[in-house]
Amino acid sequence: MIVRILGEGQFELAESQIASLEELDQKLVAALDANDEPTFRAVLTRLVQSVRSEGTPVPADRFVPSKLTLPPETASLAELRELLASEDVGES
Amino acid sequence: MGVMKRLTNIVQAKANKVLDKAEDPRETLDLSYEKQIEQLQQVKRGLADVATAKKRIELQAQQLQQAASKLQNQARQALAQNREDLATQALTRRSGIATQLEGLKTQHDQLAQQQERLEATTQQLQARVEAFRTQKETLKASYTAAQAQTRIGEAVSGISESMSDTGLAMQRAQDKIAQMQARAGAVDELLASGTLTDLSGSSDPIQAELDKAAASGDVELQLAQMKAELNPPAAAPSGALGAGTPGASDEPVDGELVHDGPRATAAPTAPADPFTLDDAGGAS
Repeated sequence: MIVRILGEGQFELAESQIASLEELDQKLVAALDANDEPTFRAVLTRLVQSVRSEGTPVPADRFVPSKLTLPPETASLAELRELLASEDVGES
Repeated sequence: MGVMKRLTNIVQAKANKVLDKAEDPRETLDLSYEKQIEQLQQVKRGLADVATAKKRIELQAQQLQQAASKLQNQARQALAQNREDLATQALTRRSGIATQLEGLKTQHDQLAQQQERLEATTQQLQARVEAFRTQKETLKASYTAAQAQTRIGEAVSGISESMSDTGLAMQRAQDKIAQMQARAGAVDELLASGTLTDLSGSSDPIQAELDKAAASGDVELQLAQMKAELNPPAAAPSGALGAGTPGASDEPVDGELVHDGPRATAAPTAPADPFTLDDAGGAS
């Protein structure tokens, strides 16, 4: 399964590693909804770092779409909110 | 839906927009390659913009440092002439500079981070574009094979996703540059209007009052330090420090401070960090 970290690149992870990412993703959504910047920061860092450490970087000559996408590690809550707001426009 | 899935949809929707799909998948490969080359040039221009923005902040920090040293010298002169009111004004403005410098430092750090990111992105994109160029010829040559069409589709969506990601990275960098330019414009105006250096002008008395109130704690402290410097507890009456202005105490000061008087030669020692003021006083 291919996961992209925005601004960084793609990583390949085993299907079995995805469940723990999904769990963290739910925490990220909760932090986003609660406008809880410290939790958001901590969860995003864990999420990005686990993809980086558990995944294998996709080589430059392999062109595959990603199944999951993570914000850049340094993205603030406001920046992610803005990014997600482009969803309606993007999907039209 | 989780953040990861939503972001994937967004990035891929953007990727589809970037891409001109041609009737013939082989043409799509060429079109997509042209776009990649275009984007590579855009990222390189973006990188140059970030570097310029960073440079501008560094120059401004230097200018602010100079203004701060000048104000500190002026404050010292003012105290030597028993003009505590003027010294207070000078130190208040100096403390305003410290605030500006802090803001500049934050933006400088953010830009440096963007620059690092964009550099990595550029390198990565460069490698991918190069790999894509060779692969597209192979894919075109084998196009008649039924599976080639799927492979072309996948290769194209893979690379357009990368391009959409790069586009977002550039957007982030441009946002930081825009924020920086707004502040830089304000600092330039401040420096140009002379309100930071021209003590006698007091062109904006209300702001000066506000600044004074905000910075008074700090200023009191610095005043006390300077006084201590001027009047060493056990030494002869201000020997070295008073030497530059003989008879000054008898003459009316007129609200004007001598900008390049003998005392101004106390050269400001440049601190290692251009974004913090040397609060030790910098007495030579």
